[in-house]
Amino acid sequence: MNKLVSAQDALSVIQDGMTVGIGGWGPRRKPMALVRALLRSDVRDLTIVAYGGADVGLLCASEKVKRVVFAFVSLDFMPLEPAFRRAREQGAIEVTEIDEGMLLLGLRAAAWGCPFIPTAIGLGTDVIRNAPHIQQVDSPYDDREWVAMPALNLDVALVHATRADASGVCEIASPDHYMDDWFVRAAAHSIVSVDEVVESDYFQNPEVARKVFWERNCTQFVVHQPGGAHPSSSDPLYGFDVAHFKRYAELIGEGGYEAWAGAFLGSDEFAYQQSVGGLDAIQALPLPVY
Amino acid sequence: MTFSLAELMICAASRVFDEDGEVLATGIGLLPRLAASLAMSTTNPDLMMTDSQSFMLSKPNPVSGLTDHSTQACENWMGFSRIFDNVWSGARHALVGPSQIDRFGQTNISALGGTYAAPKVQLLGVRGFPGNSIYHANSFFVPQHSRRVFVEGECDVVCSIGYNPARLPRGYSFEDIDIRQVITNLCVIDFSGPEYRPRVVSLHPGVALDEVRDNTGFDVSVGDALPLPETAVPTTEQLAIISQLDPNNLRSKQLKGDPPGLRLPEGEST
Repeated sequence: MNKLVSAQDALSVIQDGMTVGIGGWGPRRKPMALVRALLRSDVRDLTIVAYGGADVGLLCASEKVKRVVFAFVSLDFMPLEPAFRRAREQGAIEVTEIDEGMLLLGLRAAAWGCPFIPTAIGLGTDVIRNAPHIQQVDSPYDDREWVAMPALNLDVALVHATRADASGVCEIASPDHYMDDWFVRAAAHSIVSVDEVVESDYFQNPEVARKVFWERNCTQFVVHQPGGAHPSSSDPLYGFDVAHFKRYAELIGEGGYEAWAGAFLGSDEFAYQQSVGGLDAIQALPLPVY
Repeated sequence: MTFSLAELMICAASRVFDEDGEVLATGIGLLPRLAASLAMSTTNPDLMMTDSQSFMLSKPNPVSGLTDHSTQACENWMGFSRIFDNVWSGARHALVGPSQIDRFGQTNISALGGTYAAPKVQLLGVRGFPGNSIYHANSFFVPQHSRRVFVEGECDVVCSIGYNPARLPRGYSFEDIDIRQVITNLCVIDFSGPEYRPRVVSLHPGVALDEVRDNTGFDVSVGDALPLPETAVPTTEQLAIISQLDPNNLRSKQLKGDPPGLRLPEGEST
């Protein structure tokens, strides 16, 4: 089965009001080209589930978001994501603020077809006070109360992988695949953007096959987009773009989403990449050292 | 021997890991990371530590001067999903810097003021604090001891469980909650006072108890040990190891003005 499609064709599965999970972590391996294609579309009222970075910030700023399910939205070296901060402080979006681990459990519950997974996370904190739909339950096996973390069922997952073949076998060559496997498994449809498309025999090497974290039947669409994670990183191919993130923060602060979109979004991904120096410049971005 | 206040705080904070045995030590922020790395290099070599990315290390990485990760002492892959397997096993001790701490030891890194729908100031979000606080040991690092951090009432957003009877979950006791120490630029505090209330463990050299009380929004007890002990000053060996862990001296940029560890007498200036 050939799953290679354009970003626009893949994103046509996303309808108003859907719940969309976005893989990656903060400024790292975010499917930003897919996010930009979403920004250029008419879709709205989305619920976004993510370990958020500029993906969440931009979608909030562009008024495509009804609700964000999050534990943080951060660019790491810049602890507070500027557009998300602004949207939050203006009360422009609804939120469900949960712990990082609760988010993982919610994805696992969805992947496994469970209505919830019991956990102690959230007990004694405002997480359960502020999200009253997250219930506490009795255990049949002990006398303690447990938080019943509900399944985070996703209509669509967007993730960025290093390489894939046309049938949807995806390699993440980065040192961490984060929770991307759980985003994909929690979703009815998964759209994977990749830096490189390879022939299927690329995966014959067992060392490479070990970097495949979900089965191809979990991938519905593959979008070939070199540099597609920019300005987030796609380790080991390129690092995140500190200078661009700084410019992004300035533009959001000065003129909001319109200022950033006017300077950078462009009519398609080629135009975007030209506005940030071209694909060669993206692929030359150094990897961060911690 | 001269040393900075940052170095004094690193050494004081490193001691929170002394008796931990084989647990994952996580210091978030430069000084807490140095504290955990110092403990692993001296008093508790059994500690486990990551590269802040995706590998466990048998020897801590330096916090400055590292040019790439290729030569680090990897032990095992430790991606973020696997961190949670460790967190939920309880075998972890985190040293973190909250924006607010209240008298119950509850903390806040999420937001300040306003409402849940529209906070006055959005901070980080709750991140992993709720899970960390119910599953494993936590200590706190406060670079600027003030009433803005040590708040009078409850934290604006309670991100981590503390010793608050009104929020104790059914079936739980305070013994299930493990808050170790708070290391500030003035003193060390724990929660071993009556009914798990905050207690000053030691004062840094030259700090008076009144200064701590003036800058804390709630009462702190002092136990029986008056006068209060002085926080131990760094040893030559500790300072040498800190220098190796931070060759570019980023620690000198963490506290405003990089104050000395021993306060100058009143009226003298640097």
